[in-house]
Amino acid sequence: MNLAAADEKPVERRIPAIADPAVNGSMTRSPLAYTNNMVEPTRHEHDAPPTPKVTVESLNFFYGAVQALHNLSFVLAENRVTALIGPSGCGKSTFLRCFNRIHDLYPGTRYEGRITLHPSGTNIIDKSVDPIEMRMRIGMVFQKPNPFPKSIFENVAYGLRLKGITNKNELCDRVEIALKSTAIWEEVKHRLHKSAYEMSGGQQQRLCIARTIAAEPEVLLMDEPCSALDPIATGKIEELIRELRKKYAVLIVTHNMQQASRASDYTAFMYLGKIVEFGPTQQIFTNPTVKDTEDYVTGRFG
Amino acid sequence: MATPGALLDVAPTVDRDPIARLVQRRQWTNFAAGSVMFAAAASSIVVTCSIVGILLFESITFFTQTVSPIDFLTDTMWTPQFANPRYGILPLVTGTLVTTFVALSIALPVGTIVAMYLSEFAPHAVRETIKPLLEMLSAVPTIIYGYFALQFMTPLLQKFVPGLPTFNMLSAGIVMGVMIIPYVSSLSEDAMRSVPMLLREGAYAMGANKVHTGFHVVFPAAFSGIASAYVLGVSRAIGETMIVAVSAGMQANLTFDPRQPAETITAYIVQVSQGDLEHGSPGYQSIFAAGITLFAMTLTFNILGHQLRKRFRQAY
Ligand SMILES: Nc1ncnc2c1ncn2[C@@H]1O[C@H](COP(=O)(O)OP(=O)(O)OP(=O)(O)O)[C@@H](O)[C@H]1O
Ligand SMILES: [Mg+2]
Repeated sequence: MNLAAADEKPVERRIPAIADPAVNGSMTRSPLAYTNNMVEPTRHEHDAPPTPKVTVESLNFFYGAVQALHNLSFVLAENRVTALIGPSGCGKSTFLRCFNRIHDLYPGTRYEGRITLHPSGTNIIDKSVDPIEMRMRIGMVFQKPNPFPKSIFENVAYGLRLKGITNKNELCDRVEIALKSTAIWEEVKHRLHKSAYEMSGGQQQRLCIARTIAAEPEVLLMDEPCSALDPIATGKIEELIRELRKKYAVLIVTHNMQQASRASDYTAFMYLGKIVEFGPTQQIFTNPTVKDTEDYVTGRFG
Repeated sequence: MATPGALLDVAPTVDRDPIARLVQRRQWTNFAAGSVMFAAAASSIVVTCSIVGILLFESITFFTQTVSPIDFLTDTMWTPQFANPRYGILPLVTGTLVTTFVALSIALPVGTIVAMYLSEFAPHAVRETIKPLLEMLSAVPTIIYGYFALQFMTPLLQKFVPGLPTFNMLSAGIVMGVMIIPYVSSLSEDAMRSVPMLLREGAYAMGANKVHTGFHVVFPAAFSGIASAYVLGVSRAIGETMIVAVSAGMQANLTFDPRQPAETITAYIVQVSQGDLEHGSPGYQSIFAAGITLFAMTLTFNILGHQLRKRFRQAY
């Protein structure tokens, strides 16, 4: 596909479908060839077929002179959870942070290529696109909980206020809904106006998720959201992620293989700034086509 | 009890064992360094206690022989140099409070905004130029600020405030505020810069812009440090001497109107030490009573500031 021609007529762009590894071979061999059948992970046959929410084409990313991502191509499906796995330093966070242009905060960073948000067809990383609008559409949860120095209520209402909602009743309703959907409403409803720092780490992380989803983004990015949490809190958040897929396209970075296989529909294995293999989670874990992927998911990498 | 050496049945070889020697030497350096630091800390406590002791001792003589504490706190006249002297501290206290208030209403907002600009908005090169310039403001001797207030600020203000006398608290307070800006901005900037990037990223990721992130996330997160900066600013303002001595007039005046001339506690102490009052006279002793009042005021503000900091201490 000619990218320049595609730029001229973004409306007519064909939305690439998600590759069926069995038909097309692995993503490594034909990164842009996701045009035909979409294959649904076997566990979710009752779901509607997946549609792409974000497509990444030939993405390169640079920290100054250092290139951290090399020619990535990737699809994030609507109403699915996609996991990014790979050894430390392979560029998972760097990749995830391209989606909401948080790299813009640091001078010297540079993007090349295309990250298209569907259905509008906006190129997220285009200089002329307002990063603030993109960040309102694409929410992010960080590795360490980072609640704001405000009350629990104001933390969740933060994104709503940024969107200009001032009606007290509407704020209260939407805060309550967000806290209920992250399953901490019962724990905090008596102390909504207490500081968010008076919560446990697990509660803070669920608060941060509530804060993100209260603003109703279209895509949810999560960078190792459970790495600072105990197994019980982790279990709750995994459960939550399974719920969130009903409404969002979720992209989650994890070092936990069980978590990736339990919570995700698609998995991408990254190594040295490249996507080595991408496909339905079950296939990546049971029948990987690339030797590195197999070594990594079976714990023999290195 | 059996020692580990006995249990393992080995002869103790402490003095030949290099690790044991190293540990022993480290214990010595630790002990020596600890003692030196303790001595330094203790000496500052000793000095503070002696100052308070002298102040208390001298003012007790003053309060028992010259004026009762009740009169001292309630009389509205401060006229130690008159034939029939009166020692009511209130006019000096209002003078101090009014100049402090004027100074802080300049220094706190401007200092905070400068800090916010330097920490969140300024490009690296700009920050590295402005910071040393600002710090130079606090290196200027305060007597120069005093004459700046008298010769420049007052004539300027007289254009806008009709009937402003040559000596007035407004001009002194404004110039004092300018002097205090770098104290407030430099500490506040440190506080804001030590707010972790993760918190800012959180705000930006929600779609906040720079201004919103700065004022709604970074400022409250840094507030405990900013409060320290404010407390320092208050202490500097209450304790400032030369600016008010030179430009506010040296006449005790019970008023809350900043356009009027007045005398602050510190300016009074300067006046006495200039020799208007005889050594050992009740008037001379009154400086200790004034001093202890000043001390009580700064102490109060410091305690308030400490409470404020404790309330806002954040575990970000
Ligand atoms: N600010 C930076 N400047 C320069 N290089 C960076 C910067 N941040 C990351 N890198 C480099 O980019 C590469 C990818 O880093 P990244 O943080 O994306 O890895 P990761 O896959 O998220 O690792 P982890 O699993 O440890 O979080 C690494 O080689 C790292 O050294
Ligand atoms: Mg990472």
